[in-house]
Amino acid sequence: MARLLFEKKGNAIWISHLDLMRLFQRSFKRAGLPLKHSQGFNPRPSVSIALPLSVGVESQCELLDFTLEGEYDPKVVLRRLNEALVSGVVVRDVYENGGKLRDLALLACRVTLEYDAGVPQGASEEIQSLFSRDCLVVEKKGKSGLVEQDIRPMIHSAEVLQAGEKCVRIEAVIRCQNPTLNPALLAAAIGKYLPQYRPDFTKICREEIYDDTMTIFR
Amino acid sequence: MTEQLARILPLVQKPARYTGGEFNEIKKDVSQVRTRVAFCFPDTYEIGMSNMGMRILYGVMNQMDGVWCERVFAPWADMEALMRERNIPLWTLESQDSVADFDMIAFSIGYEMCYTNILNMLYLAGVPLHSDQRQGLKNMVFAGGVCAFNPEPLADFIDFFVLGEGEEVTPEILSLYQTAQEQNWSKDVFLRQVSKIPGVYVPSFYRHEYHADGTLARIVPLNGAPERVTKRIVEDLDTAYVPTEMLVPSTEIVHDRANLEVFRGCIRGCRFCQAGFSCRPVRRKSPKVLQEQAEKILENSGNQEITISSLSTSDYRSLPELMETLIPYCKENRVNLSVPSLRADNFSRELMEKLQTLRKSGLTFAPEAGTQRLRDVINKNLTEAEILNTCAIAFSGGWNHVKLYFMLGLPTETDADVLGIADLVYKVIQTWKEAASNKKRGLRVHVATAFFVPKPHTPFQWEKQISPEEYLRRCRLLKDHFYSRSIEYNYHAPDLSRLEAVFARGDRRVGGVIEEAWKHGARLDGWDEFFSYQTWLDAFAAQGVDADYYTVRGYDESEVLPWDAIDVGVDKEFLLRERQRAYAGEITPDCRQGCAGCGANRLLKEAVCDG
Repeated sequence: MARLLFEKKGNAIWISHLDLMRLFQRSFKRAGLPLKHSQGFNPRPSVSIALPLSVGVESQCELLDFTLEGEYDPKVVLRRLNEALVSGVVVRDVYENGGKLRDLALLACRVTLEYDAGVPQGASEEIQSLFSRDCLVVEKKGKSGLVEQDIRPMIHSAEVLQAGEKCVRIEAVIRCQNPTLNPALLAAAIGKYLPQYRPDFTKICREEIYDDTMTIFR
Repeated sequence: MTEQLARILPLVQKPARYTGGEFNEIKKDVSQVRTRVAFCFPDTYEIGMSNMGMRILYGVMNQMDGVWCERVFAPWADMEALMRERNIPLWTLESQDSVADFDMIAFSIGYEMCYTNILNMLYLAGVPLHSDQRQGLKNMVFAGGVCAFNPEPLADFIDFFVLGEGEEVTPEILSLYQTAQEQNWSKDVFLRQVSKIPGVYVPSFYRHEYHADGTLARIVPLNGAPERVTKRIVEDLDTAYVPTEMLVPSTEIVHDRANLEVFRGCIRGCRFCQAGFSCRPVRRKSPKVLQEQAEKILENSGNQEITISSLSTSDYRSLPELMETLIPYCKENRVNLSVPSLRADNFSRELMEKLQTLRKSGLTFAPEAGTQRLRDVINKNLTEAEILNTCAIAFSGGWNHVKLYFMLGLPTETDADVLGIADLVYKVIQTWKEAASNKKRGLRVHVATAFFVPKPHTPFQWEKQISPEEYLRRCRLLKDHFYSRSIEYNYHAPDLSRLEAVFARGDRRVGGVIEEAWKHGARLDGWDEFFSYQTWLDAFAAQGVDADYYTVRGYDESEVLPWDAIDVGVDKEFLLRERQRAYAGEITPDCRQGCAGCGANRLLKEAVCDG
């Protein structure tokens, strides 16, 4: 099994997880890189993406595992795949062997809060202190409707700073496995606890992934 | 625009259908482009991207120097609501520019019930709906597709129609438009010139006059327009443009696979079928060209599935040769090959078995009518013995699921014909009991009946449609005679089919009904969740148009028909002869057994009809 690191940005952020799998399967085929197929009644080319990404979220650090039939130089795989992919999906690196996915633990992400009428006075300070509280309970969509969840234990660190007149940026490191925190809940917490600072729009970007020791995970 | 779009995309279902950016999407430098065409499909992305004609013409137009053709689809209701709320005009996928900025706005129209989508898209684009409200060359609205064979319901809205296959005529039209742009023609001058291109129909150049009883008296051509406009065809399909670098959607569409068209036209002559007559003459492609194109398409697109397409694939003479090369190629490259539209009468066990090694597909028959008498009337050349034999082969090969499609309300149909359906289904079940190799899983028989819609350019173009009440009575009669638990029976609600009948054979007076219904919220009418029959009934009432005039009344053979100015190549005399044969219960053998003289071969200048 090999692994590749790719980014998803621009219009490609609107492609759903399942569609992205299909897109990669076709891209491998276009690139002349034959994927091994699963066994069974309906064989499927085997690709799997480590952490499914929500629609509308940008990422610089997606991992995809795949197995090819035959030996290919990772450099060749990288070049050919990038020629066959769509704009916005770019393979940054290809590895022969990756770390065990269960060791993937933390995610650095950027949450950009956009205020069309300008950032309200005191927003970044208030939001910063919000993330220093002991407990942050937000509603989350679970399998059986809305459930309340304390997200504070899953926030490793969060740094809030104003970026220009209309944006506040949160640079956070949060848990991305066992348990998983969706970065969108950081913005949800602001909406709940600091409604006066509820942004007009939120953009999220995954920036880097780590293991429990904050070593970059690949 | 893009920032505005980014704000609403998180709020809608399947946002990827609004952004473009797919593999093989064509982008051009706007400064090098003189003519921008917004190519609109009046249904969702998933439907429109599955349309072969649209893919072909997208490539044809973009091959032209100075032309950039971009795609537009109907937004789903959630997106439409946001566009209206935030005043975001309809955009094209490629550049995300506003459709109102485009020189030409083209529509591909394949279904009557998407007429409101056309109006809705023009409205969302901010373009006036009526042809006479649009001045100048900009926003020239033209349309093609099978619905153009009776364009009259849309005559008020569309500047000109293009009849038949678009590969050759579309560049002729765009070249003329470029000349018009260079020389700054008025819209009127352009329309006069474009009406001289064979295959182009300018509805405003035809005056419709009516008798006191409301029937059409005559169609008067104006401004030197031809009395009849003949559809265009491509003579040599081997050299015709095929999009081998096909657009590969990044989100799932309805027909998410490569498509290989093996021939055009149909030798069968089923008397209810519009495509069977209006797509003539028969022209085939060589298996060598097809194999090359299939390999190119699959390699370039990365598709894992390819389907053979035509109106009746068993009638493709070179099918064995093509399969000899295509099946091994698909096996080797792990591509699923599907061959739909195979006929029961020559559905060879061999091909069935070969395909089964790739993937097991379903077994579907469309006998259309339940008795041999009625199948003879409609010239559906499929016998009960053929159906049962094929079923027996399939059941012994492990198949345990059959779909059977019928129509109700066919000309001359009696209750005996309706009950003939139940009888046929019962015999299929009996055959399974006798032939099935594995009975553990049981048998499932899906039976569906559709409400017959008489279509223009067919021998049944004059026929009455039965009333919705009578249709439902026949459905219930049939349902009461299905005893087995193996049968699952679905029948289409008659409301939509009644409207289809109105717009399929409608004249200019129904245009107001379409606009009225749209004003009261009708759009996406082909989708159950949005179709509101009451909205349409109210629209007919408000416009003082009697829907029955177009349905249960039927057209007299002596009447001028709204589509009489349109020539699809098949003679009206032939259609009349076929109608008389239908009433006499006489079949007309398929074209291979002898030319029936439909007249479509006259469309060919060099090639000969392969019928």
